[in-house]
Amino acid sequence: MINELIYMNGYGSYVWTAFAFTLISFVSLYVVVKVQYIKEKNKFITKFGTLNSKRAAFAKTQSINKEILSNTSNI
Amino acid sequence: MFKYFEPSKIFSITSRAPKYVLTLFIIVLTIGLVEALILSPEDYKQSHSVRIMYVHVPAAWISIGIFSTITILSLIGYIFKIRNFFLISKSLAPSGFLFTIIALVTGSIWGKPTWGTWWAWDARITSMLILALFYTIYLIAWRIYDNDDKVLKVTTIITILGIINVPIIKYSVDWWNTLHQPASINILSKSSIHVSMLYPLLIMTAAFALFSLLIFLMKYNTELIKIKNKGLDRL
Repeated sequence: MINELIYMNGYGSYVWTAFAFTLISFVSLYVVVKVQYIKEKNKFITKFGTLNSKRAAFAKTQSINKEILSNTSNI
Repeated sequence: MFKYFEPSKIFSITSRAPKYVLTLFIIVLTIGLVEALILSPEDYKQSHSVRIMYVHVPAAWISIGIFSTITILSLIGYIFKIRNFFLISKSLAPSGFLFTIIALVTGSIWGKPTWGTWWAWDARITSMLILALFYTIYLIAWRIYDNDDKVLKVTTIITILGIINVPIIKYSVDWWNTLHQPASINILSKSSIHVSMLYPLLIMTAAFALFSLLIFLMKYNTELIKIKNKGLDRL
């Protein structure tokens, strides 16, 4: 059973390579996009921290800014 | 109606959705892989090499679907001046590009045992390669003109030119003599594929669609935060 699953009548190398390529591509794109997301979010948090209290209060009136600050681990 | 597409209104949904989509994607992909690699039967002619179809075909379908969606959104966005549609298009492009590459590479791997060659300049394969080139040009355009209003015009023109290639991809196997087989699945007529192969194919398509949704949501959120970062600079 296991041997048949691996060798697949001699086609195993082709089938497994195709599936492995697909899954590796998925993981790679996911990691790249996640790193970009974390980078932008950290940049936002840093910039927000440098605002004076008046500007920070104004920025917080926008719901989207509050959402970004509150969702620290949403992915 | 378009006010519902305001980024500030939908961010609360798009920022929470990825974790649920990721969970659902893992579940559907696991079922799809078990079906595709273990439970589905081998083909009487192609033997086990037919299993490559379960990654090749969904990738090709979704890459074409995403490009068509990008074109429609860009056109509507350009006509009605809805910037958010461009943001959605930009966020869809990376997964569309990846699926085009997967379709090309897995098609090439499938070609070796089936046709005896890794690559042939036949109509279907060449038109898919052209689609990959259009995705590349589209993504490069965003990189070059990101902070410029020109980007909306340039990317719309690229998608309009690129969409001409989509019917060519679809009908290339009917219009020309190609190595590539004609379509086995038709929405309007009876499909020539057996249900024991059709179900795994549909499950894998659902898994791939969920993956593109996941990447889209993550990329869209990143783009929104990028805009908000610029907004903080102006405060």
